[in-house]
Amino acid sequence: MANSTNDKEPIFSVKNLKNLTGPFNLNNPITIQVLGICSALAVTVQMKPAIVMALSVTIVTAFSNLIISFLRNTIPTSIRIIVQLVVVATLVIIVDQVLKAYVYDVSKKLSVFVGLIITNCIIMGRLEAFAMGNKPIPSFIDGIGNGIGYGIILVIIAFFRELLGSGKILGMSVIPPSFYEMGYRDNGMMILPPMALITIGVIIWVQRSRNKSLIEK
Amino acid sequence: MESFFDTLIKAIFIENMIFSFFLGMCSYLAVSKTVKTSMGLGIAVTFVLIITAPLNWALNTYLLKAGALSWVGDAYKDVDLSYLSFMIFIATIASMTQLVEMIVEKFAPALYNSLGIFLPLIAVNCAILGVSLFMQEREYSFTDLIAFALGSGIGWWLAIVTMAAIREKIRYSNVPKPLRGLGIAFILTGLMAIAFMSFMGIKI
Repeated sequence: MANSTNDKEPIFSVKNLKNLTGPFNLNNPITIQVLGICSALAVTVQMKPAIVMALSVTIVTAFSNLIISFLRNTIPTSIRIIVQLVVVATLVIIVDQVLKAYVYDVSKKLSVFVGLIITNCIIMGRLEAFAMGNKPIPSFIDGIGNGIGYGIILVIIAFFRELLGSGKILGMSVIPPSFYEMGYRDNGMMILPPMALITIGVIIWVQRSRNKSLIEK
Repeated sequence: MESFFDTLIKAIFIENMIFSFFLGMCSYLAVSKTVKTSMGLGIAVTFVLIITAPLNWALNTYLLKAGALSWVGDAYKDVDLSYLSFMIFIATIASMTQLVEMIVEKFAPALYNSLGIFLPLIAVNCAILGVSLFMQEREYSFTDLIAFALGSGIGWWLAIVTMAAIREKIRYSNVPKPLRGLGIAFILTGLMAIAFMSFMGIKI
């Protein structure tokens, strides 16, 4: 991919734009590449932790892609996993400390899942598949694109789980009290872990019905 | 000894790594296509967990925790290195998987041939790091930790093998086209998780 002829490629070239927007839909890290599900679903009970998590992952993916891409020619292949893990772990420690300092309650809710960003497959997957063979700026853009693609799915799941599970969006009640008087009940099932999996299954269903090319044999 | 079995049962069924924390989902979805390979990966994960969890426990207790360095001398008894734990834990896990791979290759070639390809994958399996981080958060004692690591490994193995068995059968069913593959795998995992929720009633 990386060839030396396009040294002066502008930041917003067509190729870079494709790297940025591809992961939003047709190359989405969660629904198409099947990466990063590990730490994703447990934080989607409410929207606020989901948004914080999405931001953290975007930052870590983008900067680890950038750093590894700068180092890609000096890292010996045999120890590259350990080098990548150290870079990612350093970034995650920074994110964790920032979260603890500024949004302590969300940081408590995310508990171990901030630490688990280290083993989030999106980051390792993008480092291996993209940053090791591409220039720093496209890698940085690719990281941001994949982080946002991940965030979109996270926020969609969290939106439905919070709305149907506790009748709120971002902590504010949106279902009018008269509905409850008429007998409407929040679906407690949506708060429990299994429904996150089924919601993502339905998202994949909708996405693949709209794009027939994605259907698996 | 009682708390050993309590923690073990709890880790296998009630707080199953996959069905209640979604840890290790990536390799779970990618590898659960045939029973044979998922059996291999399940055993490899349990194996690595039993080795890395006690190591990380020792590191946490004697190096990282607030006041853990008091054995060095009075001057160090206020040192709190817990912010370094992510890096230390992941370094232990990555180097241990590398080491285990080399040892298994040298002394048990047959086992290596069946597990070989999975061992490097395990370094980035969230379940392994997850166990170490939960260990730190919940402050387990040593015996409880062994039970928790063993239970998490067995629970993960159980989940991936049952999932592979279902996916082998579902190949012959008429699933709606857009749901085939990944979509139905997610919905199946969700249904299995609901089934596993019935264990929550067990009081330990």
